[in-house]
Amino acid sequence: MTLKTALASATILAACMFGSASAADMTVGFSQIGSESGWRAAETTLTKQQAESRGIDLKFADAQQKQENQIKAIRSFIAQGVDAILVAPVVATGWDDVLTEAKDADIPVILLDRTVDAPDDLYLTAVTSDLVHEGNVAGKWLVETVAGKPCNVVELQGTTGSSPAIDRKKGFEQALSGHDNLKIVRSQTGDFTRTKGKEVMESFLKAENGGKDICALYAHNDDMAVGAIQAIKEAGLKPGTDILVVSIDAVPDIFQAMAAGEANATVELTPNMAGPAFDALAAYKKDGTVPPKWIQTESKLYTQKDDPMKVYEEKKGLGY
Amino acid sequence: MQGNDDIILSATGIEKVFPGAKALNNVNFQLRRGEVHALLGENGAGKSTLVKCITGAYRRDGGKLVLDGAEIDPRDTFEAQRLGIGTVYQEVNLLPNLTVAENLFLGRQPRRFGLVDAAEMNRRARALLSGYELDVDVRTELSSCSVAVQQVVAIARAVDLSGKVLILDEPTASLDAHEVEMLFAIVRRLKSQGLGVIFITHFLEQVYAICDRITVLRNGQLVGTRDAAALPRRELIAMMLGRELGDEIKQAGNAQASEGAVRYRFRGYGRKGHIAPFDLEVRKGEVVGVAGLLGSGRTETAEILFGAEKADSGTAEVDGKPIDISSPRTAIRHRFGFCPEDRKTDGIIGDLSVRENIALALQARRGWARPISRAEQDRLADRYIAALDIRTSDREKPIRLLSGGNQQKAILARWLATNPEFLILDEPTRGIDVGAHAEIIRLIENLCEQGMSLIVISSELDELVAYSRRVIVLRDRAHVSELVGEEVTTSHIVEAIAAADKREAGQ
Amino acid sequence: MNALKSHLLRLAPQIVVLIAVVLLISLAFPDFLTLQMQNGRIYGSLIDVLNRGAPVALLAIGMTIVIATRGIDLSVGAVMAICGAVAAASITSGHSLVYTLALALAVGMLCGLWNGILVAVLDIQPIIATLVLMVAGRGIAQLITEGAILTFNDAGLIFIGSGSFLGLPMPVVIWLVFGIAITLLVRRTALGMLVEALGINRRASTLSGVSTGVLLIAAYILSGLCAAIAGIIAAADIKGADANNAGLWLELDAILAVVVGGNSLLGGRFSIAASLLGAMIIQAINTGILLSGFPPEFNLIIKAAIIVLILVVQSPRVRDLLAWFGRSASREAAVKQEVK
Repeated sequence: MTLKTALASATILAACMFGSASAADMTVGFSQIGSESGWRAAETTLTKQQAESRGIDLKFADAQQKQENQIKAIRSFIAQGVDAILVAPVVATGWDDVLTEAKDADIPVILLDRTVDAPDDLYLTAVTSDLVHEGNVAGKWLVETVAGKPCNVVELQGTTGSSPAIDRKKGFEQALSGHDNLKIVRSQTGDFTRTKGKEVMESFLKAENGGKDICALYAHNDDMAVGAIQAIKEAGLKPGTDILVVSIDAVPDIFQAMAAGEANATVELTPNMAGPAFDALAAYKKDGTVPPKWIQTESKLYTQKDDPMKVYEEKKGLGY
Repeated sequence: MQGNDDIILSATGIEKVFPGAKALNNVNFQLRRGEVHALLGENGAGKSTLVKCITGAYRRDGGKLVLDGAEIDPRDTFEAQRLGIGTVYQEVNLLPNLTVAENLFLGRQPRRFGLVDAAEMNRRARALLSGYELDVDVRTELSSCSVAVQQVVAIARAVDLSGKVLILDEPTASLDAHEVEMLFAIVRRLKSQGLGVIFITHFLEQVYAICDRITVLRNGQLVGTRDAAALPRRELIAMMLGRELGDEIKQAGNAQASEGAVRYRFRGYGRKGHIAPFDLEVRKGEVVGVAGLLGSGRTETAEILFGAEKADSGTAEVDGKPIDISSPRTAIRHRFGFCPEDRKTDGIIGDLSVRENIALALQARRGWARPISRAEQDRLADRYIAALDIRTSDREKPIRLLSGGNQQKAILARWLATNPEFLILDEPTRGIDVGAHAEIIRLIENLCEQGMSLIVISSELDELVAYSRRVIVLRDRAHVSELVGEEVTTSHIVEAIAAADKREAGQ
Repeated sequence: MNALKSHLLRLAPQIVVLIAVVLLISLAFPDFLTLQMQNGRIYGSLIDVLNRGAPVALLAIGMTIVIATRGIDLSVGAVMAICGAVAAASITSGHSLVYTLALALAVGMLCGLWNGILVAVLDIQPIIATLVLMVAGRGIAQLITEGAILTFNDAGLIFIGSGSFLGLPMPVVIWLVFGIAITLLVRRTALGMLVEALGINRRASTLSGVSTGVLLIAAYILSGLCAAIAGIIAAADIKGADANNAGLWLELDAILAVVVGGNSLLGGRFSIAASLLGAMIIQAINTGILLSGFPPEFNLIIKAAIIVLILVVQSPRVRDLLAWFGRSASREAAVKQEVK
């Protein structure tokens, strides 16, 4: 028995003995896309928090929106001999080589928040939200809330052609299908921004009889909803009452609006992708449990009943 | 007189009109086989216009071109090239990022199976350059060669393409003496091969070193064609700058101009790389003329006096008090005015109206917060349009639509409106028609009589002599001589320029 | 009287185009022209056009002057983001409204000073010089907001974005007043003529005694000031500074407004009123598209098509052609008259 294998078996033995404590000794590399949005910043904060609470030594690398930076970061993680690598991939293609290198070095890779076009044996698992499901949750809430009454819905889409815009629209429409009392009367892009959300909502209000014909607003993200709420108020209507407002993401500001009764519901796109990832990793390291190739995060629905101010306070510090 | 069949290129009665000015007026030019023929003249004399008419870069408005006995009418430079007329410019117009061989065969590379046959091309390039005693690998990038080598490559390409007439437009401007000699050796060989070479330069030594005949243009007109050997340098300069020798116009009035007190005194005034330090005094009501060949430092003198270029040595005084002229604004504050040589780029504001162009300098001096009222601008414009006889349909016409002479008068009006006491005029009569010419000269004389001090730079020596009480002669970016009173004659000026020139040539 | 006539003549194409666009939209959407009073303010799509067009209108004022100097300012969108962020950060950290506004405007002018020095003193090409701040500016804004949307609740600051004065939304009042003020400033003083001279021929202007360097810097400072006002309005409108999206691509809309206003990108003659009309034409198209109910995939195509059409109609060639048709038509009419 060589020294190396002796050490290796000792490690395995220790891992078996101390169980979940094994996570404590882990060093994990995290290649983040950048900090282009508040959600992304919150994801970074939560990943660091999760690592700390589990005693994981997290090595963080900001790729500033460049794949080449991510590949460089992953190579350097491999060279440092980390125990696992988390990647939030900036694009879907071009990962085969570097993932093969990680595999050859026996380092498991977990994808966060987005997936890649690569053979699925090159990574351990992918932790992502289901965008279609998010839209579906929002749609189901609306269907249940209007309870059979006729309702004209206006939709603020995300950036035209982006996958969240396509999938969140699809999921919402699926939820509405078969409920003829609900009808999407206007659908226009608000580019995921407050300014455009407000501007487009103004035009919806003008086009639909000063807003009197609109019963609900569905926004593909909370920011557009926040802008739209202002437009509704300026048109002399009460958001949340005259026009129901449902949106997706669950950023802190929408909880303020919910607390004020101006928004009705939001579906959470959790920034805590790392929690499930670390759980899967711990299980894998402990007894070799191979997680499913796709771990879907929960798309939790929040309404005015869920003590929005409390959630707001919790979320405020995450860097949204 | 040589036989007619010796003429390779003949241009007769060439005319070219630009809006507002006649650039070429009935110019005749003949080039023999196996001769190097200098084409000389000051800026704006029409040299480059004539060359462009010959190479098809311009369409001539009149006249006949005969090449090798056949009448030609090249529509563009490519056609001229095909017919046998090649041109090499001062700035080599080849492609610096291609190899020497590629430049030589650009557009006509030897091909094999539809692809460029590089080996064959390099072989032919070496063969072509072998006649030029050039030690250069044809595979090197052109940009890594010296300017002289690039010139030779350009010449080789032009000769290979055309082969009858070679036009060299200021080819030596950026070469050192050794490189010039190398170039001349090549030109002599081409000449011995029977090529006709047109050589444009403003280095007179080079003209005498290599040229057989000389043609001089002035103001778009042919002054004459002479054998170089039979044309003394003095006489050549006279041809370029002024009237025929012996035509001594001297106005009595000016000779007796008042010996008043010196108003403007510059001592040791100069700027490195522009003009050597000089002393200059200008009296009230006096015109000081500035003469010299192109590139002698005439314009540089004007620019430094007006603060367009900052002096780095010397002092300036008005009425004995030191002044600072570090910018045109400070010069204007001391009631200076400056009509630049290049009207288009330095003078007119093309899209603005005649009115605004006239009001501009006065407005700039008053500052933006004190606008000249529209009514006042109208009065100002109308007054000067009438006083200087500026021919324009109305004062709101954009100034770029006016002829050169009227533009010049409008710029003069711009300065007169500021009530200047010291006016610097750089080539005030260049490129304008004869009528306007006479009017501007009369105006200069009037201003002088009213007590204004003027500095006038001109390559028209007879004009200078007519209104100047004193003339400063420049050469090689330095003031070399000053002629006063009775000494101010065209022949004295020409002698002063030529003497300096000879001194230089003898060194 | 004559000056007024020539002024109207200059603005005629823009006025005609704006009327045409408005009529086109109201054909598809009749309520477009309806205006009503609601909560003491005028309410309707036309007001939305004036209100939503405020940032681009303000940017177009500064851009017109910069372009007249033969320059361009690509940084205005980013400067909007910076100034919005500065205003939000200042008001949330407890400073007074006056202090906040003064600070944001000063920061905008400082950005302009930076651009102006690069262009006028260091002689860097304007498109490159202002590109620096265009790229870096958004990063600076993100540093100020720490990557999040910085929300605020100060009633005074919010009033600038969504309050009203004499029934008009505040942003409309601001750009109208500012536009008139700058127009008077450049036309009642000699600034306009000096800027035009500088733009047409900088060297000749310098030789005529115009302080071209100072004027150039002033033009970029004005552009920075305009961007600052636009940035404050944009932030006040959504009660928050969005460093990522505030003013995004608006520099291009501002340049487009100047061009649709018939000003030459080569500098020289300029008309602020025409640029403002250009901004309103662009915003009318935007609002019209939103009201039309077309799927969003068509937004950009429709906008581009209309703008191409406008530019073609305004092009010198087509104008000559139209004038020629006009003349021959009136000649024909005259002939018919004679026949009668």
